[in-house]
Amino acid sequence: MAELKARTACGDALPIVIGAAQLTELDLGPVTSVTAWGSQQELSAAMKAAHGMAFPKPNRSGSKNAARCIWFGRNQALLIGAAADASLGEHAAIVDQSDAWCAVSLSGEATEAVLARLVPVDIRRAEFKRGHTVRTQVGHMPASITRTGPDSFMILVFRSMATTLIHELKQAMQSIVARRA
Amino acid sequence: MRVAGKGLVDRSDTVTFSFDGRSYDGFAGDTVASALLANDVRLMGRSFKYHRPRGVLTAGSEEPNALVTVGRGAASEPNVRATVQEIYDGLQVRSQNAWPSLDFDIMAVNNLVSPFLGAGFYYKTFMWPRKFWERVYEPVIRRAAGLGGLSGAHNPDSYERAFAFCDVLVIGAGPAGLMAALTAARGGADVILADEDALMGGRLNAETYEINGKLGHVWVAEVVDELAEMDNVRLMSRTTVTGAYDHGTFGALERVGHHHGRRDEGAPLECFWRIVAKHSILTGGALERPIAFQNNDRPGIMTAAAVRAYLNRWGVSPGKALTIFGNNDDAHRTALDLAEAGVRIAAVIDSRTDVDIKGDYPVYRGAQVFNTSGGKALESVSIRTINGVEKIQTDCLAMSGGWNPTVHLTCHMNGRPTWRPDIQAFVPSEGAIPGMVAAGACNGTFSTHGCLAEGAQVAGKVLGMLGKKQPDLPLPQAEDAPYRMAPLWAIAGKGRAWLDFQNDVSVKDIKQAAVENFRSVEHMKRYTTQGMATDQGKNSNVGALAVLADATGRGIPETGTTTFRPPYSPVSIAAMGAGAQGKGFAPERFTTSHSASVEAGAPMIEAGLWYRPSYFPKPGEKTWRQSCDREVGYVRKAVGICDVSTLGKIDIQGPDAAALLDFVYTNMFSTLKVGRVRYGLMLREDGTVMDDGTCARLGETHFVMTTTTAAAGAVMKHLEFVAQCLHPEWRVAMTSVTEQWAQFAVAGPKSRDLLNGVLDTPIDNDSWPFMACGDMSVLGVKGRLFRISFSGEHAYEIAVPARYGESLFRELVSRAQGVGGGAYGMEALNVLRIEKGFITHSEIHGRTTAFDVGMAGMISAKKDCIGKVMAGRPGLVAADRERLVGMKPVGAVKLLSAGAHIFAKDAEAVRENDEGYVTSVCFSPEVGTYIGLGFVKNGPERYGEVMRVVDHLRELEVEVEICPPVFFDPEGGRARG
Repeated sequence: MAELKARTACGDALPIVIGAAQLTELDLGPVTSVTAWGSQQELSAAMKAAHGMAFPKPNRSGSKNAARCIWFGRNQALLIGAAADASLGEHAAIVDQSDAWCAVSLSGEATEAVLARLVPVDIRRAEFKRGHTVRTQVGHMPASITRTGPDSFMILVFRSMATTLIHELKQAMQSIVARRA
Repeated sequence: MRVAGKGLVDRSDTVTFSFDGRSYDGFAGDTVASALLANDVRLMGRSFKYHRPRGVLTAGSEEPNALVTVGRGAASEPNVRATVQEIYDGLQVRSQNAWPSLDFDIMAVNNLVSPFLGAGFYYKTFMWPRKFWERVYEPVIRRAAGLGGLSGAHNPDSYERAFAFCDVLVIGAGPAGLMAALTAARGGADVILADEDALMGGRLNAETYEINGKLGHVWVAEVVDELAEMDNVRLMSRTTVTGAYDHGTFGALERVGHHHGRRDEGAPLECFWRIVAKHSILTGGALERPIAFQNNDRPGIMTAAAVRAYLNRWGVSPGKALTIFGNNDDAHRTALDLAEAGVRIAAVIDSRTDVDIKGDYPVYRGAQVFNTSGGKALESVSIRTINGVEKIQTDCLAMSGGWNPTVHLTCHMNGRPTWRPDIQAFVPSEGAIPGMVAAGACNGTFSTHGCLAEGAQVAGKVLGMLGKKQPDLPLPQAEDAPYRMAPLWAIAGKGRAWLDFQNDVSVKDIKQAAVENFRSVEHMKRYTTQGMATDQGKNSNVGALAVLADATGRGIPETGTTTFRPPYSPVSIAAMGAGAQGKGFAPERFTTSHSASVEAGAPMIEAGLWYRPSYFPKPGEKTWRQSCDREVGYVRKAVGICDVSTLGKIDIQGPDAAALLDFVYTNMFSTLKVGRVRYGLMLREDGTVMDDGTCARLGETHFVMTTTTAAAGAVMKHLEFVAQCLHPEWRVAMTSVTEQWAQFAVAGPKSRDLLNGVLDTPIDNDSWPFMACGDMSVLGVKGRLFRISFSGEHAYEIAVPARYGESLFRELVSRAQGVGGGAYGMEALNVLRIEKGFITHSEIHGRTTAFDVGMAGMISAKKDCIGKVMAGRPGLVAADRERLVGMKPVGAVKLLSAGAHIFAKDAEAVRENDEGYVTSVCFSPEVGTYIGLGFVKNGPERYGEVMRVVDHLRELEVEVEICPPVFFDPEGGRARG
């Protein structure tokens, strides 16, 4: 009997390290989009009960144990790293997105400089702290960016755009190195 | 010539470059202009219109004359200002707008016929014959009058764009800017200090002023060092802030690679920054203005401040015997600095009578320079004093008509500057750019002390607004001389007195504009082209206004200024388009089967941002048609596999999901049974068809809608609009699942057999009839199965999570090949659907209605839907509208082309007789000829009629018979079987 082989969005194109920045693909485990169609308050209470995290406020994220929940748009959050509890379905659309997003981590001292080439929003450390998240663009691609540490970010783009994402980030990483030379 | 002991250039570091093929030496820190002057080269360019010999006028980015081309071949860069371009070993510089050479320029004949070439000449002369303008006059004029040219080759340089954010943006790093930046930075604000120069310091590097008892440039270096050490400061040298826009947003061009020859892989030549600042401080300084008199444009004549800059910053004297001519005290600094450096001064001429001038050189008070002589270099100046006329031998004239604050950025949001009579200049109007304050010379404060004090003061104010305290920062000691001047714009006299050097506009031209009633300043500008060159009139604007004011009998403030617009100085289009070169233009979206398709040799075509296989060539096939026909055969006779993941898939959930669908689709979805799929048509508000597709009901409150590939985003937006604005009370949520699922069409008579080989639970016609859908498991992976068909055959679409997409595609294709089928591409897909008369956006192209495509019956009478009322307007349902039909050739020519127009058989093929057009064509293996879909007036009523199809573009004419749009299996039995 044949068997279906799983392939990640970036495949063997990652990881890469250029100068003071490195780019790796993230395995997020289960990723579920939670979109409230009912009361967001009730949904938040259900999420607290089931996952120990409230529904995140705009541009914020929460975490509990290995699970994270990031704000993802109007009435929408992405639950990462834990299977969504069925109780959420009473207030929200629960949609599997585990294969929909290409997830990468960009880290290292040059990270902010690299992102400044592609991302049109303010991600300075003082303004955009750990756990802050934003729906924005990476180059021409719609993206979700979350700060995961002093020098690290989680970036999500459509899975189909993984090649372009890697290309754009690589080019920006190279340009930072070339400037220093 | 170089002057011993002067300048900030590094004399231990000799740099060799070339100008027009000749090699010259300069020092590190030189610009092309300073290095050429050091080598006594003064002729650097030819003027735009009259090809008059020109040298440098200034020492900065406002330079109108010394424009050069840098580099060779594809990477050459035209119109670079020699005063800005830093030299490096191997730099190649060429003069431009001269032929055959700068020294001997044939086009200088324009100068001899100049009496005929004044302002308005072209408008008056080349009016007739009218057709000649585009074909004859314009090309000739453009060739003669021009700047440098592009190479015409692909630009190999890379450019970059970047974004920055700060509390305070300080624009210009002169004394005011440095003091403002230091104050703001020590006060804890996040500061960006941008300066167009390679070396920060502004005029302090060009003057001999002292600050705290140290030379100005020493103080500058200390401050810059301190700023560089601070975490909250970003220093951006070689960065020109080019425009001020809404909400504290600024454009800025950084010259990253222009100053060195070696460019590392990936290193940008320029970076275009978008800086967003909570507050901005404009400390852009001031520009010295020339004085207009006859022949004031000879090489060797420059502004007095430029002469000081060349001497003090670059250690260069632009001449051996210099003359200074001015209307203000400042000009005398040039004489003092030159004298102290041991350079001979031929004369100092001040237009004012009531001034006390001391100096060991001839001084003329109440005198004016009114003419000059010399060919390609200045030889003498003629002056007029109370005692008469005198000629002074000199090779360099330093002139000063006073200073113009650089108000430009403050006018970018339509603000008008304010006239200050005491300094005879415009200064920024308060609040012209929200959040911006001006300080120092650009605000009309000219002493060093004044600049430092004002810089500190405005920074303190900004800190207060940011909720921060002003630091305790002592004000450095500096000169505080008053700025004394008497207005002097143009010297009366014959001949041409130049105002706008870059566009060859003289005092006479401005007066002529006034005579011809172009009295408004904006009309004068367009009539004479004053201020329309790349320097945007920085050197000539106020002077021209003064002349116009005089000619029209008004004051300067009443005359007003023209509008300064971004960019402050030229920005290459390549920098603005950075990131969009080549594939950077748009992201590429790849399906999970992409590499498998590419491996199979399939040419990929774009569908929106997606790439899809056109066809899969096999050895021996010479044309795409052969491959396409074979792939059509797979689906009609065996089984074909096609990746359909690019179609939009929208998950719709919530108690009101069905209500939403009833509202957006013309037909009913609330009655659809769970586990079934229905075809749906969607209208825009105006009644025109928006999109079509299938929608599957997976649960009582759970649907998955498919859209066409191209309209996925638009449909999602439409649904959100309905849910957020029209029915916010509905409990419904939409989620795009296009990316989550890899979906493949499995189509053809053998499709079920193939699927039963991979499905974990086999299906049959009862368990999975036509238009059934549901969850299933394929080779151990949970997925979804839909029995839908876009080919008219017994077909399915099978969906698995995207990570398994590639693997499933390869498995399905390999199994299909085992039973006489295989993968099919877009070409075959298109043939299959045209044979069935299925529409795509070729037919629902934004102008057709449900009535036009023969689907008026799909607009349910039982409910309302978006577009229903508008679709019922009489004009949208008239029988004689162009309506969907099929067609096949019946004459000698058997080819059809999409885009061709349809005429009655014996009508002339002209617009008035147009009866319709062809939207889709293909060769149908099933019918054996070309077939087409199109729209014809009264459509279905004309079945059987022979008509004339004319493609005027491809010069193709075909006789066709109009027929029903379904060519194959009109009963649809094959899909149900």
